[in-house]
Amino acid sequence: MTTLNSKTPEGELSEKWTKYKASQKLVNPANKRKLDVIVVGTGLAGSSAAASLGALGFNVKIFCISDSPRRAHSIAAQGGINAAKNYQNDGDSVERLFYDTIKGGDYRAREANVYRLAEVSNSIIDQCVAQGVPFARDYSGMLDNRSFGGAQVSRTFYAKGQTGQQLLLGAYSALSKEIKAGTVKMYERREMMDLVLVDNQARGIITRNLQNGEIERWSAHAVVIATGGYGNVYFLSTNAMNCNGSAAIQCYKRGAYFANPCYVQIHPTCIPVHGEYQSKLTLMSESLRNDGRIWVPKKIEDAQAIREGRLKPTEIAEQDRDYYLERRYPAFGNLVPRDIASRAAKERCDAGYGVGAGFAVYLDFKTAIERLGRDKIHERYGNLFQMYEKIVDVDPYENPMMIYPAVHYTMGGLWVDYELQTTISGLFATGEANFSDHGANRLGASALMQGLADGYFVLPYTMQNFLSDKIHQPRISVESQEFENAEKAVKEKIEKIISIKGEKTVDSLQRELGHIMWEYVGMGRNAENLKKAIPLLSDLRKKFWSNVRVVGDTTSMNPELEKAIRLADHIELAEVMAKDALQREESCGGHYREEFVTEEGEAKRDDENFKFVGVWEYKGEGQDPIMHKEELNYEFIKVQQRNYK
Amino acid sequence: MDFTLKIWRQENANAKGRFETYKINDISPDCSFLEMLDILNESLVNKLSHPVCFDNDCREGICGMCGLYINGHPHGPDQAITTCQLHMRKFKDKETIVIEPWRAKPFPIIRDLVVDRTALDKIIQEGGYVSVTTGGIPDGNAIPIPKYKADQAMDSASCIGCGACVAACKNASAMLFVSAKVTQLSLLPQGKPESSIRVQKMVAKMDELGFGNCTNTYACEAECPKEIKCSNIAKMNREFLFAKVCTEENI
Repeated sequence: MTTLNSKTPEGELSEKWTKYKASQKLVNPANKRKLDVIVVGTGLAGSSAAASLGALGFNVKIFCISDSPRRAHSIAAQGGINAAKNYQNDGDSVERLFYDTIKGGDYRAREANVYRLAEVSNSIIDQCVAQGVPFARDYSGMLDNRSFGGAQVSRTFYAKGQTGQQLLLGAYSALSKEIKAGTVKMYERREMMDLVLVDNQARGIITRNLQNGEIERWSAHAVVIATGGYGNVYFLSTNAMNCNGSAAIQCYKRGAYFANPCYVQIHPTCIPVHGEYQSKLTLMSESLRNDGRIWVPKKIEDAQAIREGRLKPTEIAEQDRDYYLERRYPAFGNLVPRDIASRAAKERCDAGYGVGAGFAVYLDFKTAIERLGRDKIHERYGNLFQMYEKIVDVDPYENPMMIYPAVHYTMGGLWVDYELQTTISGLFATGEANFSDHGANRLGASALMQGLADGYFVLPYTMQNFLSDKIHQPRISVESQEFENAEKAVKEKIEKIISIKGEKTVDSLQRELGHIMWEYVGMGRNAENLKKAIPLLSDLRKKFWSNVRVVGDTTSMNPELEKAIRLADHIELAEVMAKDALQREESCGGHYREEFVTEEGEAKRDDENFKFVGVWEYKGEGQDPIMHKEELNYEFIKVQQRNYK
Repeated sequence: MDFTLKIWRQENANAKGRFETYKINDISPDCSFLEMLDILNESLVNKLSHPVCFDNDCREGICGMCGLYINGHPHGPDQAITTCQLHMRKFKDKETIVIEPWRAKPFPIIRDLVVDRTALDKIIQEGGYVSVTTGGIPDGNAIPIPKYKADQAMDSASCIGCGACVAACKNASAMLFVSAKVTQLSLLPQGKPESSIRVQKMVAKMDELGFGNCTNTYACEAECPKEIKCSNIAKMNREFLFAKVCTEENI
């Protein structure tokens, strides 16, 4: 059995990364050319890693599920990216960003990784500015900042409401430069189907060309998984349609351990569900909570009148509005962390105060517009307001927005050590695909920070350390038995799925999975429901493998087949998520167990028994996975109850 | 709402394409255009027919993956949106809706409504970047950038690379796309040093890939989901002329 060694360097927290860099092994330029790296995924984490590794001189192959790296879902991040620049002179520092991130994650992240993240955050801003990312600036020409949930300083850098887009286009431009230089080769419309191990080391992948169905083999000295999260297990989420957890699951089934699968972030400000036909949910950026105030009617009869269309929100007097976040959390108000804001919305709606169809609360800009003027609000959030109006057909300048929580981000992912290496030698995981930095809850504007920190400033060092030992390892042929077997298994699986010819469409099964997960493994969990979910999921798995209907063939573009392959993986992932949620008998961050709450209804952690990372090992088809524990030792930070009051 | 859909079907790049007609009923006006196509596809699967292939991903108007030519307009009849942000309430009940792929020589059809837009990436690869590598970078505030310039650069940078400008143009010109990137980078001090070389290389690549030239019809600006302005093209032309005539970096 592999033992979980986080390989955290010795010494003072603030010196660990410096020491690591000073003592890591390097590869000389002539040898770099002989070493190949595969990067799967072209979002912030993948593009930045591939561009940086390519610039160093390694041979990089990068695989993109879409037609262009610029489509990756990092592009949809709206609000901003955190960094500890302290340009505002409001008391920010690396230590404070580190502390806020650990606390925001409800003391379930690894100290050393988070400290490094805070440490390199400033370099990310510099790097992006140099790439021509047009961050917002003030009239002096200096970079502007805004605030985000879980922080009392303004440390969030932004580019209108399109920060993710601009950062991704920055990483994409760096990648494009390397593609032109020939150090990175780009393979678009490819989806990873399996990981290939040779002598227990990750040495390649199998892909499917989505244009013509061809199964292809690729070899390398190391593989980086940068394929994002698995929020689409819930069917309705803010993730893009193509986002999926398949690559991570393939790695898990090849022996990489999967950490904290139950940690799912439910984002408080999404446009509410409006119909059964709905395909996805749209996020309204957390940055809106800078100026928007969240409320529901104070009187239950007003809420009912609104739901029945007899009353408009603008007709409700100020004293009849319950600004419940400001009431419950005066210190942080509307800027409490996401998990807390989400649960508070659910609590009000469950109590009968919801508006819309009953599952919505108001996000109101009236006070902000009175204070700052419509133009200022337009400048700050114009694109978000436009997006809202197009979807809901209501003008948010005149009426409060309606919002409700939705699945947004997965903190869990492939287990990695300090070097971002998984339990498989030569297999690295980065960005949302790994588990390392956000604990049980991610703070806003931290996903962009983590993706770019890993890609620009961590992997180029840690992978070099790994690859320095491989300079004598020759390139391997993709004709070997290992590749042959992997390809054969992939082809058999695809053939099996397409030959079932059952009666259930992929979409209907996907919705069924989403329903089980939202109902039983969603925002509020309890042992009874989780125990119900597990057999339901195994029934669904049987239903899939006996009754799914996939039309079309395997040798041309076939989106139904793509969805079916991902769904098969998502069902397996869902089972591990439910098991992990069941074993974690505490509430922490995004994982809220209804049995474990304080008297005030807040999440109640159990540090004595659950201050560990739940790390799952696959034991084979039909076998129960085993859970290992990585104990979290807080040497430098005092673990305490999260308090945003 | 009920609709008649005339959709372009084509098995692959070499197959002969044709319009096929589908009836679709009981669609909610709050349904998005792509959700309407999802419903159609699920009904096709139920009838064991091959669903209509169309590119889509984020479904919130930012990734640039979706792009359908609807009733003669890229991204359909509404203003300043992508196809995924279009809702059925913008159509009349019982309306016939014609859905085609982007039609431009540099965008070959892959299947049905899916086209290959990698030509746009190839143009970016010629110089749509600042040639910095990772690390060794001065502080982000080392060079102040006037707010109006940063804002203008942001406006140009908001291009999502969907290709609607090319599809809208009778010449299949990519000038709006190229000029948005050229303008963004030349407005910023970080992009300035390479601006002469950049504009020449990107324009040359655009020509080589078979995109047409601009004849000032402004159809691109009218159809751009992100409202990128044609003034970017004017700025690029100026840059191009300057680079060719006044600099020593003439390529």
